[in-house]
Amino acid sequence: MTAVSLGMPRVYHGEGNIFETEAFPKYAAKELTNEQLRANLGFATHKIRTKREHVVGELPDWQGLRTAGSMIKQRVMANLPEYLEMFEKNFTAAGGHVHWARNAEEANQIALDLIRAEGVDEVIKIKSMATAETGLNEYLRENGVEAIETDLAEEIVQLADDRPSHILVPAIHFNRTQIRDIFLKKIDGVSVDLSNDPADLAEASRIRLRDKFLQSKVAVSGVNFGIAETGSLSIVESEGNGRMCLTLPDTLISFMGIEKLLPSFEDFEVFLQLLPRSSTGERMNPYTSLWTGVTPGDGPQNMHVILIDNGRTAVLDDEVGRQALHCIRCSACMNVCPVYERAGGHAYGSTYPGPIGAILSPQLGGIENEYNSSLPFASSLCGACYDACPVKINIPDVLVHLRGKAVDHEKAQGDFKGGKKDPHYQMDAMMFGAKQLFSSGKLMSLAEKGLPMSKLVTGKDHKISKFPGLVGGWTKYRDIPEPPKESFRNWWKKEAPKASRRDSSERVDIQALIEQNKGKVVEAHQQAEQRGQTIAHPAEEKEQ
Amino acid sequence: MSTAKEDILGRIRSSLSDHPSPPEPIRNYRRTSKLSKEATLEMLVDRLIDYKANVFYATEETIAHRIDELLQDASRYVVPVGIKESWLPEDTARRSRIFDAGNLKKAGTLSTRELDSVNAVVTNSTVSCAETGTIFLNTNSDEGRRAITLVPDHHICVVKEDTIVELIPEAFERIDYKRPVTMISGPSATSDIELIRVEGVHGPRTLDVIILQ
Ligand code: SF4
Repeated sequence: MTAVSLGMPRVYHGEGNIFETEAFPKYAAKELTNEQLRANLGFATHKIRTKREHVVGELPDWQGLRTAGSMIKQRVMANLPEYLEMFEKNFTAAGGHVHWARNAEEANQIALDLIRAEGVDEVIKIKSMATAETGLNEYLRENGVEAIETDLAEEIVQLADDRPSHILVPAIHFNRTQIRDIFLKKIDGVSVDLSNDPADLAEASRIRLRDKFLQSKVAVSGVNFGIAETGSLSIVESEGNGRMCLTLPDTLISFMGIEKLLPSFEDFEVFLQLLPRSSTGERMNPYTSLWTGVTPGDGPQNMHVILIDNGRTAVLDDEVGRQALHCIRCSACMNVCPVYERAGGHAYGSTYPGPIGAILSPQLGGIENEYNSSLPFASSLCGACYDACPVKINIPDVLVHLRGKAVDHEKAQGDFKGGKKDPHYQMDAMMFGAKQLFSSGKLMSLAEKGLPMSKLVTGKDHKISKFPGLVGGWTKYRDIPEPPKESFRNWWKKEAPKASRRDSSERVDIQALIEQNKGKVVEAHQQAEQRGQTIAHPAEEKEQ
Repeated sequence: MSTAKEDILGRIRSSLSDHPSPPEPIRNYRRTSKLSKEATLEMLVDRLIDYKANVFYATEETIAHRIDELLQDASRYVVPVGIKESWLPEDTARRSRIFDAGNLKKAGTLSTRELDSVNAVVTNSTVSCAETGTIFLNTNSDEGRRAITLVPDHHICVVKEDTIVELIPEAFERIDYKRPVTMISGPSATSDIELIRVEGVHGPRTLDVIILQ
């Protein structure tokens, strides 16, 4: 456990896969090229983005739902101890068992003990960010238990011995032929004539997993929503593997971050409207399960929830940053993020990629972590993530806030160099240019967002020092030059032409923008200073 | 030594030492429909078809015949004990119904393996939300326990016209959360391979919806 200061620590950060330190040892050996990953990711983000815009546009009360979602989550955080205890009481009364885990290790240990108590060495799993965060699969494997991923994409990634590249479409970096080859190699008894038609591939997975579903005694899941007032849990999914895991085994172990709660059943109606449209761009996902403890003779009779802190209380400690806990993991912010689209999701060490990852990972694991400290800079602050977020998390605002914290920390460490040649500075200059670009079209400008400009530019103390690897872990193992070896602008000059798959109204010559915006950063900075302070917190959107 | 629970609650309280007190959430979204019955039905059908479910219409008189047609290829199909028997076609030499008692602890309930060997399932439903194209099963006696609508590959689901609402909040009002709820919007699907939607992975690959007038 990482404590912030000596003596009695004030906050407790998390552990597990929330750091940008992870190298992917086998990754370089893979045959797939980064170009393919980038092209596929571009395709995916665009397609999902278009669908999302369409179904969100269908709802006349979308902004009202967002506001309700945001306000409900604020309430949850403000009263978290009460809601957690309420949930525990009601879930227990309904026949379930509640466990508490301070960190990833404890959560994994509890799960292992429960699995061992059932006397099995294999469990089935439905995709879960929380177990990815705690590194449960690896932990179980070390202890002689195999965790079988049942979500098709996770299954592909697991069979390929690879890592997910996107929160929502984790196998988007493989094309159908590669998937066929993986299946041919890894699935026992699969027909040698297996085609690369997605329907045939899905069928192969159906056959492979059917027996597992029918036989397995123990399943492990995440949770989309927990309801305090009723002690209910809900999981949202597409393929039916979730329903299999939640229905057929005798024992169900669910990992749940302490922030996943909703106060009442009535609140669930808001989130069930926000999540699918923001996430897969569907009006509703094919299957949503809701259950309240144990139902005699129907579904698992032995039900466990592990409530996990792992740094969440540290996030809660930051008045600005705590809104990151409102996240419902829809991935909308990633699909609209120009930086994510270019850097890709594969090049991150943390479970949480994209804009939300940039504010969540450093808070969960501590901004003091060398690689995490660069994450808040991996953004153009264009504001697209904020507009897309169904619970109105002001990601740009938190990014700016965390930049300040990162700089403060570096300064305290005596790590501080500063100056215009500093990569941070150049990064910000470029990003400021990029920001102008995105705001010039449909997106709101930074000024309209009311971001605190002075912090935006160089951090709270106006000078920024070390920058460990451009855009931190995001760009590792990509086919772009290692950034510290050359200036950012040179890097960008080479990268810019490859960059954009955005439509022409949004496409821009970044290099020209940088030139154009050369003086603007300093200017904006000075203006903000002259106005005597940072600009106020963004005004609430006018929506009703 | 303090327990994990005490520690976590303690950490939360310390993190909340600024005592945030956000206001009561504003629920400025639609909770009652303004659509006509006909328009609501039309919307539901449109969305179901969009999700690749098959939609049919029937009356109490014609439903058995309709189900008979839909069960064409089936030899054995499962129904929950509470199903209205007049909906079901006569058993034939080639095809028979199997009742499921709905509780694995009771006699007359199929094992998972047995369920895997039936071709189809016929159930009622509790409420359907037109705006999202979602059918809610609430494990009532004519809907059965969760496994019977999951393991067989073909689900024939009856939606009574008077159970159709437009909005999610209206649907929620008709749900009892104390019993398991399964919300179904089309057959199971995946878009995991090149974002191409494929109907049917692990759940039923065919969803036939009969709107009962
Ligand atoms: S931050 Fe908002 S948009 Fe991003 S994943 Fe979380 S809920 Fe979705």
